[in-house]
Amino acid sequence: MSARDSQTGSNATDLPIEAQRMIDTPLYEEPGEFPIELGYVYNTCAAVQNGNPIFWDPAVAEAITGGAIAPPTMMSVWFRPHYWAPGATGERKALQTHFDLKQILDLPEAVVASNEAVFGEPVRPGDRLTTRQIVRSIGPLKQTKLGTGRFWTIDVETTNQHGEWVGTEIYTMLGYRRPEQ
Amino acid sequence: MSATDVSGITAADIAEGQELPALRHPVSATTIVLGALASRDWRPMHHDKDFAVERNGVKNIFINTPNNAAWFERYITDWTGPKGRLGRLRFEMKKSVFPGDEMCFSGVVRKLARDSAGCDWADLELTISVDGEVRTTGRARVAIPADPADNPWTRKGERWLP
Repeated sequence: MSARDSQTGSNATDLPIEAQRMIDTPLYEEPGEFPIELGYVYNTCAAVQNGNPIFWDPAVAEAITGGAIAPPTMMSVWFRPHYWAPGATGERKALQTHFDLKQILDLPEAVVASNEAVFGEPVRPGDRLTTRQIVRSIGPLKQTKLGTGRFWTIDVETTNQHGEWVGTEIYTMLGYRRPEQ
Repeated sequence: MSATDVSGITAADIAEGQELPALRHPVSATTIVLGALASRDWRPMHHDKDFAVERNGVKNIFINTPNNAAWFERYITDWTGPKGRLGRLRFEMKKSVFPGDEMCFSGVVRKLARDSAGCDWADLELTISVDGEVRTTGRARVAIPADPADNPWTRKGERWLP
């Protein structure tokens, strides 16, 4: 199923071939690197004092959601790398396609212009999730308050071990070059 | 443990233009650090005041994006009850929320509609303000039970169209 309810902006015609090839091509398909477990759910619910009984009362969870689930808004949490892991070197980045685009388009700065999440099948303890990143659009060069840059949109699609759609995060980024750069 | 309250609203209980009950929450440094670490966001501007001031040019550490999402989810389901199922959430953090701020959540039902699969949806406009200044605005789409026997969480595949 599609998370989109409208077409994103049309693509610029002056893009390097590497950037053009990225559009609508699923990239960086990766499994999560740690198990889904309730401890993370309790930490999140405690941090925002979320008393929803589907996260705290197993009987309610069984009756309403068919067993324990995680809050839908935790979707991105399952793909944030550990701060450190054995053998890891250098900074560990989520959303690698975004950093690829910054490099290919030679736009050294970037900010998140907007983000939207669409939620499908609930995430349950023991699930094994996979994400993939899909560049949906790259806009023309334009002058912004921050500098000259382009807007681009990247979908991060998540599925579970049954191949079911768990959700999509839609990031719109502004990559830019400051006037003095 | 006492019996858990699982009551909540149904589509018959709400109307377009209806306001959600306000929620106020005082923010401390602990609030921000708890939220950042719970969302596995280790970036220093969410736990290290010196870094936030010197590198980000702001007055203190500030709430991170995924924790802001978790706050909105809590605000929405406080209103719907446990059968409310979030389908879509979008927001923009126009200004940061810092220790010492009191967040005031408000929301209004902009649209009510039943989709082709028979699911009732409420489209919400959401705001987090501090001392009357808007810090975050958002929009959400949440499925609401049609009646006490309905449960949006049972929907899958073609019956779930967020």
